[in-house]
Amino acid sequence: MLTEPTQAYPLPDTLREKIDQVLETHDYDYTQIVGILLEVQDLNERHYIPEPVAYYIAYRLDMRVTNVYDIINFYSELSDKPRAKYPIQVCSSIACRVNDSASLAATLKDILSIDFGETTYDGRFTLEKVTCFGACDRAPAVRINGHVYDHLDSRAKIEHLLASLD
Amino acid sequence: MNNKVSFLTQNFGKYDTSSIDSYMKIGGFSALRKAVKMEGEDIATLIAENKVRGRGGAEYDMGRKWSQARKVPGNNHIIICNADEGETTTFKDRELIKNDPFNLIEAMIIAAYVMRATDGYIYMRAEYACFRPLLLNAIRQAHKYGFLGKNILGIEGFDYEIHLYSGAGAYVCGEGTALIRSIEGKAGRPRMKPPFVKVSGAFARPTCLQNVESLSLVPHLLLDDEKVYQSYGVGDSVGTKMISVGGNVRHPGAFEIPFGTTVRDIIYGLAGGIQGDRKIRLIQFGGASGKIATDDILDTPYTYQDLRAHGVMVGSGALCVVDERTSVIDFLRINQDFFSEESCGQCTPCREGNLHIKIILDKIKAGTATKEDIAVMEKIARVMSMSSLCGLGETAQNTLRSAIEVFPEVFAVGGAEA
Repeated sequence: MLTEPTQAYPLPDTLREKIDQVLETHDYDYTQIVGILLEVQDLNERHYIPEPVAYYIAYRLDMRVTNVYDIINFYSELSDKPRAKYPIQVCSSIACRVNDSASLAATLKDILSIDFGETTYDGRFTLEKVTCFGACDRAPAVRINGHVYDHLDSRAKIEHLLASLD
Repeated sequence: MNNKVSFLTQNFGKYDTSSIDSYMKIGGFSALRKAVKMEGEDIATLIAENKVRGRGGAEYDMGRKWSQARKVPGNNHIIICNADEGETTTFKDRELIKNDPFNLIEAMIIAAYVMRATDGYIYMRAEYACFRPLLLNAIRQAHKYGFLGKNILGIEGFDYEIHLYSGAGAYVCGEGTALIRSIEGKAGRPRMKPPFVKVSGAFARPTCLQNVESLSLVPHLLLDDEKVYQSYGVGDSVGTKMISVGGNVRHPGAFEIPFGTTVRDIIYGLAGGIQGDRKIRLIQFGGASGKIATDDILDTPYTYQDLRAHGVMVGSGALCVVDERTSVIDFLRINQDFFSEESCGQCTPCREGNLHIKIILDKIKAGTATKEDIAVMEKIARVMSMSSLCGLGETAQNTLRSAIEVFPEVFAVGGAEA
């Protein structure tokens, strides 16, 4: 049985209950796996899907765990590696780029002392380069945990944003 | 010419988007009540008479699509609303969902009536997750009022449910077959056609896939007794269109315009002109897979035919205006980054082609490209458009290919023969 490792990786009861609630709102329907994984990912403070959770979901939805991982790896919004408490997604598509999102990215790198794909030592911020998230009329913008923060065209605004998270 | 209209956007700001009562007070669901007294085929004909073309980008005749879809045998058709608006600089559907969610739900129920569908899916990109509660609430309330569920409006056998599904940041899922795989709970890799989705789509059931904007238009057309819609537009481009303007303009935003508005009126009128009154380097029409033009397109009317004659397309309705600060090659590199990132990697022409074109663009930028490089790049672009599995690979190099035509000097390499 491919789902056997669920026994080997027991989940804390509180987490299991929360995952069950998410599954419940999706009627334990495996076709809704993408939406389920998106919600479950946000249950974790580091916004990712740990291996035991992937196995547990596969088990509850009666899927193969390889299929769960196929989905996690295919969709860029899903991650099986720890991200930060505040993953900062910087748009790298054309409308933001011609509105100087390069300066925005450089300022973020400078303030946080990390590069794209890296996490700060305290696990608070990750810098992620993403493609267009549909806020082109508010460029340059970043997206953090689903919220879009727009018109970040000065260092002061960026510092204010980072300080305001928490 | 009056260049801002509100036909499709007539409900914007008129009602409380969280309340079905508020929507019904401004005449909500009267289009559905009217529709169920008509023959399904007549509704398809009405759409065809208004010459509506699918607003997702493929520009297919929508009335014909509905007419064909309803002729497919079966009583369990599926309606899918494609809200996976992933083309860069496109955010018109966002405005339609945000400002008029009930109209979209009503449109999907009308589509179900026409196509004898039993399930509807709204596939919305994860980036618009903030609108999920709004749509879920709209679906729940419509259910409560008997517009969804069993025997809708007391019509025996008219059963229909709408499900809201989320994408997770994959541009390729805007492609029909990839979107369907995603709804089936799989990774969104496109598949070969045929079978076409209208015959065998989601869960191997007959499926009709439409963009948010195309669907949203239907209730308004049904109630348009005075034929206001047909009074807009010119020639074969009838009516109005939602466009989204972004890039280096002063007031980026989504606007509804009548077809025939000149590109100049759009950029210098609605969008307030170019930041710092700079010159326009280029304009990209229809998102990342769109073609480009220089400022000599400014006096061209925005219609399907005129844009096509000028070498570009309406596509998703996006206009990305790039000013003189960005060079053509930098623009192409940024655009190429998008496709290199978003290619799903399933078929070779798209996966390898995007990689190698990126490498050659870097060489051009560095000034080390040879004539042979340019020839190889053109060849790869051509091969990709002919042999890729899905629309992503077929259209990925539209921008590059039109840039080669519009800005030949950028690709002119002197000396350095390979």
